[in-house]
Order: sequence, then C-alpha cells, then structure tokens
Amino acid sequence: MTPNTAPSCAADGPAEAGGSRPATVVEFDGVGLTYPGPPPVAALRPCSLTVREGEYVAVVGPSGSGKSTFLNIVGLLDRPTEGTYVLDGADTTALPEAELTALRGSLIGFVFQAFHLIPHRTALENVALAMLYSAVPARERVQRARTALEQVGLAHRADSLPSRMSGGERQRAAIARAIVGRPRLLLCDELTGNLDSATAASVLDLLDDLHASGMTLVVITHDPVVAARAARTITIRDGVLSEAVTAGTPTEARRLPEVLG
Amino acid sequence: MRGMRGRAGRGGRRSRLRAGDLVREALAGLLQRPGRSALTALGTVLGVGTFVAILGLTATASSQIDARFNALSATEVTVEDTGGDDADHITNSFPADAPARVGRLHGVEHAGVYWIASPEAASGSPGAGTVTSSPVGDLAAGEDVQVVAATPGVLQAAGPGLAQGRIYDAYHQRNAADVAVIGAGLAERLGILTLETRPAVFIGGRPFTVIGIVDDVDRKEELLLSVTVPSSTAMAHWGGPVRGERARMLISTRLGAATQVARNAATALDPAHPERFKVIPPPDPQMLRGGVSGDLDQLFLLLAGICLVIGTVGIANTTLVAVLERTGEIGLRRALGARARHITAQFLTESAALGLLGGLVGTSIGTLVVVGVAVLRDWTAVIHPLTVVAAPVIGLATGLLAGIHPAWKASRIPPVEALRR
Ligand SMILES: Nc1ncnc2c1ncn2[C@@H]1O[C@H](COP(=O)(O)OP(=O)(O)O)[C@@H](O)[C@H]1O
Ligand SMILES: [Mg+2]
Repeated sequence: MTPNTAPSCAADGPAEAGGSRPATVVEFDGVGLTYPGPPPVAALRPCSLTVREGEYVAVVGPSGSGKSTFLNIVGLLDRPTEGTYVLDGADTTALPEAELTALRGSLIGFVFQAFHLIPHRTALENVALAMLYSAVPARERVQRARTALEQVGLAHRADSLPSRMSGGERQRAAIARAIVGRPRLLLCDELTGNLDSATAASVLDLLDDLHASGMTLVVITHDPVVAARAARTITIRDGVLSEAVTAGTPTEARRLPEVLG
Repeated sequence: MRGMRGRAGRGGRRSRLRAGDLVREALAGLLQRPGRSALTALGTVLGVGTFVAILGLTATASSQIDARFNALSATEVTVEDTGGDDADHITNSFPADAPARVGRLHGVEHAGVYWIASPEAASGSPGAGTVTSSPVGDLAAGEDVQVVAATPGVLQAAGPGLAQGRIYDAYHQRNAADVAVIGAGLAERLGILTLETRPAVFIGGRPFTVIGIVDDVDRKEELLLSVTVPSSTAMAHWGGPVRGERARMLISTRLGAATQVARNAATALDPAHPERFKVIPPPDPQMLRGGVSGDLDQLFLLLAGICLVIGTVGIANTTLVAVLERTGEIGLRRALGARARHITAQFLTESAALGLLGGLVGTSIGTLVVVGVAVLRDWTAVIHPLTVVAAPVIGLATGLLAGIHPAWKASRIPPVEALRR
C-alpha cells in the first residue's frame, strides 16, 4: 500500500447489533480528487467511507476544506481522480457520462447552497422541473410537485416566483425539488447557512421528518446545531476526511466551533 | 431490496427529454424575458420582411408588366421612314401599296401608313389648318388641331372604341372621300354631339363629313385628340408629308409574331432600299423583367441579407449572454439529470424558435407591404407561394445557425463549474 492510494481514514456507519444491515448506498474506496492546477490542489485526499440506507450524516469542516468537493463526488457532479466509488451497487467510475447523468437524476436529490431556483418560474414549476429529464408526463409532474410542496409546508406559495419568497421559503422549495423525484440520497450543501435560527430549526425539523421516513441524508454544515441532529458526523480538514469513533455525540458537535475558529 | 432494484433497474438507463417538453422549456426560456426576445428577433424580422417585400414587389410588378406586354406591346410594330441617304429628296419612302405589302407578312393583322397632314404648308395661307365645326359664327373661331392623314389600316391597328359611327374604310380611301374620324374629346369641344345630323368639320374652310367618334384606342392615343382623314384625301388636298414630318407605319400583329414581322418589314416595304426604314420591334419581355429586378432590387436584397446577418449575430449574441446568465440554471439541469445534449437542444430550440418567430412576423410584415403597395398602385398583389414558405424557414435557419455556438458552449460547461456561481 502506497501512502497515495491508502485510505486516509476508514469510516463506516455504526454497526447495528445483530440482524441484516441496511443496504449500502455510498461506498468510497480510496476516493480522492486532485485539481490539476497548476498548482495541483488535493481538494480531497484518498479516503474510504460507507454510508448505509437511512443514515443521517453531517459533514463539517472549515471553509475551503473540501466539503463541497466531497459532496460533488458523492452527487456524481464530479468524477474522482482516483479510487472507486460504488453508488447503490453500481461502480460509477466505470460508467459512461450518459449513464452517470441518468443515475444522478434518478438517485440523488440536491439542495444547493445557492438554492439555484430558476427565476421567472413559480415554485411549482421549479419543483416540477426535477422530473423533466426522466420523461414523467407533464400532468404527473405537476401533481407530484404539488405533493412535494405540501410536504415541505409550502403549498400556499406554489404559484409564487422565487424573487417574491423569503430565504426559508426558497430553502423549502429547493428541498421540495430535491425530494420530488423520490431520490435514495439527499445531499444538502450549507443547508441553513443563510437562515435565522427559527427558520433554520423548522428546516431541520423537515430534514428530521425525511430521515424518519427512511431517506438517506448527507448534510454539509458549519452549524453545530445541525451536526447535533445527525447520527453521524464526518469532519474534513484540508481535504482529509476523518470520523471520530464517537461521531455524532453532542460533545463532538459542540467541540466543532472552536475547531473552525 | 431497494439496492437490488437500483442495481438491476437503474443501470444502463438514460435520461430522456420529450420533444414537447423541450419546446415548452424553450418557449418558457424565451418568455422569461419577452422584451429582450422581441429585440433579439428584430434583426430577423427586418431581414425576412425585406426579403418577402422585395420578392413580392418584384413578382407583382413583373406580373403587371406581363399583362401589359401580352395585350399590347407584344403585338405592336412601328416603322419609321428615315429616308436613308435619300432623305433630302424623297419625302416619302413608303410605296403606295405599303399596307398591302406588309399585310402579306405572316402574323400581321392590320397595317397602315400615316403622317401629320399640313394644310397650312400646302395652301400657304395662315388659318388653313384651323378646324371648326361651322364655316361661320361663334363656333367658327375653331382650334388648331392636329390633322392626321392615315390609311384605314392605321385606324384598325389602333383598335378604336367607337362612341358613335364607324371608321372609314378602303372605299373612302379609294375615292379620296372628304370624311373624318375624330376623337371624343375634340368632338365635345367642337360641339358635335350626334352624328345623326351628319355634322361636318371644316379644315381650313373645307368640309369633311364626320363618320365616327372614337372615345378609346388600344394604342396611338394621339388619335383621340386629332382629326383623322383618309391619306388619299389628304394627299389630294394638301399633298404628302412635308419636309421634317415623315410618314410612319403602324402594324398590329398576332401575339408572338411581332418580332418576326419586325425583322421582315423593311425588306417587304422596299426590297431595294430596306435601309430607308427604321423598324421598332416590341420590347423584349426578358429585358423588361430584367429592368425590374435591376440595380435597386439587388441593393434591397443585399440589405435584406445584411439584416439577416445582423439578425443572426444578434440572436447569437443574446443567446450567448443568456447562456452566461443562466449558467446556474444549466448546472442545475445537469444535476437534475440533463445530459449535455439536452442542454444543447434546449438552447438551440430557443434560438431556432426566436428565428422562426422573427421569420413569421417578418413574412407577415413583408406581405402587408406588398399588398399595401399593390392597393395603392391599383395592382394585383402577387407573392410566390415559395416565398411565403421559404421566408419563415430562412428565419428558422437563421436562429439555428445563431444558436449553434452558444448551445455548444452551454453544453460544455461542467456541472460543478456551473453550480459554483
Ligand atoms: N476547480 C477548482 N480548481 C482548483 N481548485 C479548486 C477548484 N474547486 C475548488 N478548489 C479548491 O479545493 C478546495 C476545496 O474547496 P471546496 O470543496 O469548495 O471547500 P468547502 O466547500 O469546504 O468550502 C479549496 O481549496 C478550493 O480552493
Ligand atoms: Mg462549500
């Protein structure tokens, strides 16, 4: 094993006592990404990691540490420059671009830091857009979009434009769009970064509901409150991914702000 | 179990985008900024509009010329007596049987010789050319009216519409009868209202019985303002054409025969001296049409082309700007499962739709211009169906062409880059 390919950490979800373990959703084996530069930037050092179905994982770390890079790889938006990434049983490193895109569209729901709601389109239209590329008939798209908006408590704003919506409402619309396609994995970047604490708490409650309904969540955050809600916390620092054995404990989460500095 | 399903069911599947959804997305993209879209399409509107207007106006004018040409010009030949080298001592090169000679040519319908008669020059007294309807009294004041000496063939070839009476014929010509055919306008001025009273006009005091009043001719409009008398009569009273006023021949032919008649007329008139005649054939329809689609039209077509180029560049520019503005949207769509080709298709469809809309509006405006001009000129508007079909297609092609580069650029933006904005 050369240091380069050796996993810098071997994180695995907490083993469940007895019985069969839930299916593996994300499986990293020595996955790393180095931007070619110059100078080359090792945004994510090779690491191994397993996320099982139904897990709620928080990813914490200082700004520029590689959290978004990690999420982009998990979300198939970026290919790792080394290692093997198996998503839902399929080796993504071997898949052609077209299939990767289809996989991304059908298995993964994204909530971006910047929301990326399309201006001039209503909340409903923005949510319905998520099913455009899986050839769901238009009528069904609208129906499901309405249901998703109800689920996030935004039914009354279905016909509003994003520019007329508050930060929390936009966040909810983005979450509705992410979950409307019933993804196996929900990825959120800086989920509550721009929200006041009351709004943030309601969004986090929403995530708890989704988690309770069996959805697998990976949430990037600066916020220890958010991290505290997750069962598992992964820390990234200078591209190095690590997970404390006691990950997810309140102690760990509370310690983070000092680390972030 | 879900993992298994994912492995079996999702592997190898590809994202799809229905054609209807693609068009709907493109239109939604355009309607996001209706003002900008309209401005962008303006170049195409102008280009296609100019294109349709020019082709339509050309077709309309050509059809107008065709109509006139077929009816008249194609069947008319005029022969002038230049006299050749002998112009100074031969006042009339036409032989006495000129109409008969030319009449034998294939395709000739009517032919006749005419000249402006000169009663004054013949009598040498002023007032000898005055035409009146009465020898004495108020109406004797008279007018200086042109007197035309013409063989009956001239009147026949002119295709007169008679208000009253008849035109004179070979009998009057043979007998040098003192008869006259006058124009309707002149008849009114002279106070001649009916032929039932067998009225006369007096030319230099000499009476001529008016046997016909002409109110319309197909050609040689000056007959409407003249007193026309048989050439034999004029010859007897005043002699032939005087120096400076030479005789001419008017020939009407069957459709399509004029060119051939024109070629042979001079020789038929005088085989020994065909050079004494200048034959004026009908204008060539090809040349007429060439004249219409001449310099000005080419200039306008060039302008239309420039407008189209500007339109293309305009659409290309705006689409490129839109791509840059909508980078986040592109990244989002990629994250939602759009393949690069779906992004290409969307932006291409947007620019093509813009071009098509511009083309349709341009076609409408161009058609309106043609119809408007036709109405003003009292013409029949003619727009070739191919023009109407081709014009929006040109707009569409313009848009497609303009969209290629921006659409390609849009598809090349890596999703991660796009989402970072
Ligand atoms: N396209 C790129 N090229 C080069 N370096 C990059 C690129 N994208 C990100 N980086 C670098 O990779 C590191 C990790 O970035 P990122 O994952 O966005 O951090 P975080 O989300 O934790 O703030 C940073 O140092 C950043 O500057
Ligand atoms: Mg980030």
